[in-house]
Amino acid sequence: MATGHVIKRAKYKTTAKGSGTPGVLKMTENRIAFKPNDPTSAAKIDVEFRSIKGHKNTKEGSNNPPLLNLSLDQGGSYIFEFETFSDLHVCREFVANALARSGEAAKVKSREAVIATSDRSAVTYSDEQLSTAEMELRIKLLRENSELQKLHKQFVLGNILTESEFWATRKKLLDGDSGRKSKQLVGFKSSMILDTRPQTDGRTNKVTFNLTPEIKYQIFALKPAVQQAFLNLVPSKITERDFWTKYFRAEYLHSKKNAEAAAEAAEDEELAIFLKDDDILASEARRKIQRVDPTLDMEADQGDDYMHLPDHGIFRDGSKDTTESQHEQYKRTFLQDLNRQGEVVLEGRTIDVELDDPMSVAEALARSRRESDGNTKEERIDRISRMTEMEDLQAPYDHPFAPLCIKDPRDYFDSQQVNALKISDDTRAGAEQLRCSLSTEEAYSFLRGSISEIKATGLCAPIVKPEVALTVLNGLTQNISSTKYQLGKNVQESILDRMPLTTKEELLHHWISIQELLRHFWSSYPITTSYLYAKVSRLKDAMSKIYPQLEELKDSVPSDLRHQVFLLVRPMHQALDAAFQHYESDLQKRSAKSGEKPNGYI
Amino acid sequence: MASAPSKLYADDVSVLVVLLDTNPFFWSSFAFPFSKFLSHFLSFLNSILVLNQLNQVVVIATGCNSCDYIYDSSMATSPSIESGRMPALCSDLLQKLEEFVTRDEHLGKQDSLGPTTSSLLSGSLSMALCYIQRIFRSGPLHPQPRILCLQGSSDGPEQYVAIMNAIFSAQRSMVPIDSCYIGSNNSAFLQQASYITGGVYQKPQQLDGLFQYLLTVFATDLHSRTFLQLPKSVGVDFRASCFCHKKTIDMGYICSVCLSIFCKHHKKCSTCGSVFGQAHADVASASNLKRKTPET
Repeated sequence: MATGHVIKRAKYKTTAKGSGTPGVLKMTENRIAFKPNDPTSAAKIDVEFRSIKGHKNTKEGSNNPPLLNLSLDQGGSYIFEFETFSDLHVCREFVANALARSGEAAKVKSREAVIATSDRSAVTYSDEQLSTAEMELRIKLLRENSELQKLHKQFVLGNILTESEFWATRKKLLDGDSGRKSKQLVGFKSSMILDTRPQTDGRTNKVTFNLTPEIKYQIFALKPAVQQAFLNLVPSKITERDFWTKYFRAEYLHSKKNAEAAAEAAEDEELAIFLKDDDILASEARRKIQRVDPTLDMEADQGDDYMHLPDHGIFRDGSKDTTESQHEQYKRTFLQDLNRQGEVVLEGRTIDVELDDPMSVAEALARSRRESDGNTKEERIDRISRMTEMEDLQAPYDHPFAPLCIKDPRDYFDSQQVNALKISDDTRAGAEQLRCSLSTEEAYSFLRGSISEIKATGLCAPIVKPEVALTVLNGLTQNISSTKYQLGKNVQESILDRMPLTTKEELLHHWISIQELLRHFWSSYPITTSYLYAKVSRLKDAMSKIYPQLEELKDSVPSDLRHQVFLLVRPMHQALDAAFQHYESDLQKRSAKSGEKPNGYI
Repeated sequence: MASAPSKLYADDVSVLVVLLDTNPFFWSSFAFPFSKFLSHFLSFLNSILVLNQLNQVVVIATGCNSCDYIYDSSMATSPSIESGRMPALCSDLLQKLEEFVTRDEHLGKQDSLGPTTSSLLSGSLSMALCYIQRIFRSGPLHPQPRILCLQGSSDGPEQYVAIMNAIFSAQRSMVPIDSCYIGSNNSAFLQQASYITGGVYQKPQQLDGLFQYLLTVFATDLHSRTFLQLPKSVGVDFRASCFCHKKTIDMGYICSVCLSIFCKHHKKCSTCGSVFGQAHADVASASNLKRKTPET
């Protein structure tokens, strides 16, 4: 409902049964007005949407006429009878939207009042006058982001930051949000237009198709031939209504898939347009085949020959395909339809015109098609020139290289071995002699002695002393049980997740608030005005309040987590310490400067 | 081995190939006596065999001049002398070990180059891998093999290439190399071996409790490791040895053709024979130097 108002013919009734007063119903964003055709009639209505409490309407397909019942706040109701159900739907939608809007507005208003009262105390010296739109945006942001709301509550309402200071660092958020509010372009519907089911009244053989501008657009986009026919025929030869009737007649015949369709098409040339294969589509398909990437190997797909199966065995509407071969030209497979639908959906919405007028839609589509043709041609030429590389025109690839030829490896190893042993012996000789005071023979005899010793005595009775075994086991398993060694080793596992929920939240909140404070703190330097000076000292006080809170947090966690919490808190402390240090040194500098001035010289 | 295919191997049956360092120079100068070490080691072997009756243990002695199989539980069928003090396994193994030590000493005397002081880890690793390859080929169902290096002596940089090749071979056949290093400093070779093959590297702090370390860390079969949390190494020394002087270096030259590592600039690669360009030697030397630092 992009339009801001709706005007429909309707009858105003006081009861559902009565005949009612014919007239025009006009609904704007917040008002609803009814003007009777007879200006003397007293059945005039002009009320605001705010006084409307709810709405009811009759169901489509029931025997009741299209009625819309708007119930009023202070009792009573207005009943309108529309000419068609589509009118009723449009109005109903509009009313629903308008009611939702007015309800929201009321809510915002009450909330605004709450915030405003709390703000008044904080924003005393803020001379900035906010527009209501900006205020609303801020309130909306706060409502959507609980984190932000917490910070706002803590700092702005805690008199640490002013409202404008708080938002000054979030300009992007404010801008970004307004950008997001711009109208989103609705894409092409992915449901197939086959799904537009006719409505039957059940008594006669007549069926009614409900065509919305959207459906017309879909048909045009999917079937260029229909669009072309529309442009050619509609105002000059037949009316729009007849055109669409014929179209659906053709669709109906096609779904029956029998000789009847062919026969009827032979008589009526306009009907034939809809039944025949879409020439424009066919030529486009041919062009597309030409446009296929020249490097693509199409032969690879030739093995997948299941084209002999019509519709791949999928039957449209559950009926078997019985088209005889002589009516080949009227055969359009379900698969073709599906493919075309997919293509158009992927293409997206190519035109940007109001859908209400089918003529302009058809023209715009024709224009966009021609444009895209030109583009793709250029693109294709460019691509071919890039992709096809004449191999025999390229410089030969002969990089100078030395062939790998490992000579007889034994040669290498033997010579190297001797060489190495000599050197290693030289280098080691000194160290080795120091280390093993025994000669070779002594060393070997020692080894043999050990062996015979164990042979004689046997294995020692307890191989390990229990205490030693325990210490070894503890030493080996402490790496496993202690988390200290796994910290940060596992990507999936976050240390924060292992902590109690409250600790985790507290830690995160502290981080965020510290960051917020530090951002303001550092952005206030160098201090040039007394206002900044006051702000910095305010911030410093707030930060020094967080310091003991962190200590408390550290002490409150169970001992096995204390180390991790300590690791997490340390950078916070460091960041705060750096700020404090800067504050102190700046203070000293300032006092030194002012001290240079002789006493009483101000 | 012959009856292996007929046995029904569950996923927790393992073949443990233990490389036992018998470097006399190390043991004679080390504070922890070899006899005590053997006592822990033998108890550990028994425990492995007790864990699953299909478990198999192979012990390869790593000497200074040679390596040899000194025990294979699948071969121990002969009823050996059951002395009162010791199970058959131990006396059998100790007997073989003594013979090995004598042989090793004898080999060292023959060697004209004089005794080498580092253990031939590359040799025993290769033997272990050969044995494991035989298990892999025994049939579609075979026990899960793994290697445990019980090393004490320090790395022999001259074996760098051979050891790295063995490590990559183990990695290819998905055999984890566990290492228990009891020497004073960490062993870069074993750290890399365990890191690359997905094994465990452990340097026991308390040698009195060596048995406990062995049992807690190294007795776990590969299947259980998927749901156990074994100690992870804090850092791995990734430094390489140069091919020319076998020095452990953290910065050096790399042949652009075969990736051989050198500690100083050569005109020609000794491995593949590529001739290195001489132009802009100064600039190239600065840019070709690659630093490799231990990962922490």
